[in-house]
Amino acid sequence: MSATTTAPQQGAPQAPRQDRAPSSSEGARRRRGTTVLVTAVLAVVTAYFLLPVYWVVVAATKSTQDLFGTNGFWFSSSPQLLSNLSAVFTYDGGIFVRWLLNSLLYAGLGAVLATYFAAAAGYALAKYEFRGRGLVQALVLGGVLVPGTATALPLFLLFSQMGLANTYWGVLVPSLVSPFGVFLCQVYARATVPDSMVEAARLDGAGELRIFHVFALRALAPALVTVLLFQVVGIWNNYFLPLVMLADQQLYPVTLGLTAWRSQVDRLPEFYQLTTAGVLVSVIPLAVAMLVLQRFWRGGLTEGAVKD
Amino acid sequence: MSTAAGSRQLGDRAGRTTAAAPPARRRAGGAQRRAPWLLMAPFLLLFLLTFIAPVLYAVGQSFTRVTRAGLFGQEGTTSGFAGLENYSRALSDGGFLASVGRVLLFGVVQVTVMIVVATVLALLLESASAKWPGFFRTAYFLPYGIPGVIATILWSFLYVPGISPVLGLLGAVGVDLDPLAPSTVLWSIANIVTWAYTGYNMLIIVAQLKSIPKELYEAARVDGAGPLRIATSLQLPLVRPALVLATVFSIIGTLQLFAEPQVLQSVAPAVSNDYTPNLAAYNSAFNYNDYGVASAQAVLIALAAFVLSAVFLGLTNRGRR
Repeated sequence: MSATTTAPQQGAPQAPRQDRAPSSSEGARRRRGTTVLVTAVLAVVTAYFLLPVYWVVVAATKSTQDLFGTNGFWFSSSPQLLSNLSAVFTYDGGIFVRWLLNSLLYAGLGAVLATYFAAAAGYALAKYEFRGRGLVQALVLGGVLVPGTATALPLFLLFSQMGLANTYWGVLVPSLVSPFGVFLCQVYARATVPDSMVEAARLDGAGELRIFHVFALRALAPALVTVLLFQVVGIWNNYFLPLVMLADQQLYPVTLGLTAWRSQVDRLPEFYQLTTAGVLVSVIPLAVAMLVLQRFWRGGLTEGAVKD
Repeated sequence: MSTAAGSRQLGDRAGRTTAAAPPARRRAGGAQRRAPWLLMAPFLLLFLLTFIAPVLYAVGQSFTRVTRAGLFGQEGTTSGFAGLENYSRALSDGGFLASVGRVLLFGVVQVTVMIVVATVLALLLESASAKWPGFFRTAYFLPYGIPGVIATILWSFLYVPGISPVLGLLGAVGVDLDPLAPSTVLWSIANIVTWAYTGYNMLIIVAQLKSIPKELYEAARVDGAGPLRIATSLQLPLVRPALVLATVFSIIGTLQLFAEPQVLQSVAPAVSNDYTPNLAAYNSAFNYNDYGVASAQAVLIALAAFVLSAVFLGLTNRGRR
């Protein structure tokens, strides 16, 4: 799918082919040789990137015995994908489904609100002159550069005093903050929201918040998509924060749940099946999302990089 | 960046004042002064709560000594100012220092390899010579959508002899590789990180390559530049900002290394409780209940990430001018 949609954009580098195509057949042969060579190299690299994903597709169809007893590159003679899957979904009263829903809640709600807040703050920093702006900008940049894992530990100590540790809020509240999103929205708003438009809306009597919600949010849309995607992936992939924050398995996101299963493999071999099939289930929605969203992602990143 | 944006702003501001701005501004002055703070309020409040407060708290804790009374601390605790004691304990701990050295070595090798591979892949994909670039690009980017922990679980199976078809294949051709041995496990972690993030970095570089105007390619070709020359003298200098960005984020990521070694601990005994700085801080807090030292370690990690990124950004900016 993406091959067909993106091919026409290859305009620039493809120009030489048309320019001197008819000149000589020897040149054409050499170019065809280069194409084969380059494509072969890229194909070998593809094998590396897809191998673990392919392996887990195969492994998820096997019993623990077959996992050790048969060739890992190919399906065994008695595939049991369905029974593995039903084991995943029914084990411990369907806790895996709960984990999936938790991840969805953390990543979905967290990312939407974080993007909205980042847009408002970035727009304010870009379009208003006010005392303290430099300080806020410096703090935001500090937030981008200081890693989230460094704050997770003290955040837990703080939240446990406030009674927020080991609750949904413990993971959700920190997910609402995206300094990087503020930074990106600020850069983007400065370039795409014209002062003249804001000024004209003011003359028409529009309030400041209305100007932001009606005009600025629309102009910021491409940057918002990027921020939203970054935040979704960031929250979904986050491991350290929930690990530190949560003790109750019922609150786990899927990443934490699967590591809990993985760590029991040595004592209880049936967890091999649960873990491999569980990994497969949790990877599929993300893989599909990546394929579909890759286009938006690139567009947003280009904008951010160029405007920077 | 700052100069271009600055001059654009200056122009806009000049235009505004000469237009019909003064009366409007006088009328809306109060609302306009409140508006930015109103807009920033949700972000700033949450930022204060989840970022500034924990940073201050960690700094405070790192200077605090907690003494427990009773065998399990059940008779209450007393805390007092500890000076630099926690820092000196963190910095005199051989294990913690070794972990810092380990991630630095890891960063130098892994980030270099990853950025070089990502750049080469991006150039190959953007060259006219590649067939099906869309398919390859998607395949390389796919691992980025898989959470680091899940990727580690996946590779952890592929690192275990008996399950791993890769090790089986290598063994069949006479290569005896134990990816979980003390001497190799660091590079097995590097492999997981490279696998997960190369495609992402490649995509950033591809985006930058696509923004190069066509005319520049044509001019270079008229001057007789071949593909290699175009790559080194035209494309590489122009994707420099993307490379800087990718490197800075990778360095920050390297210092945070946690999920991969923590998950591999269950299969690789060589991964100790203080294998990386973050793992050490985590275990100081949760295994040894030593929040003072854990906070000092967290502060040191954050400082290191901040300083490294700032120095790197500074160096590359100076080099450009």
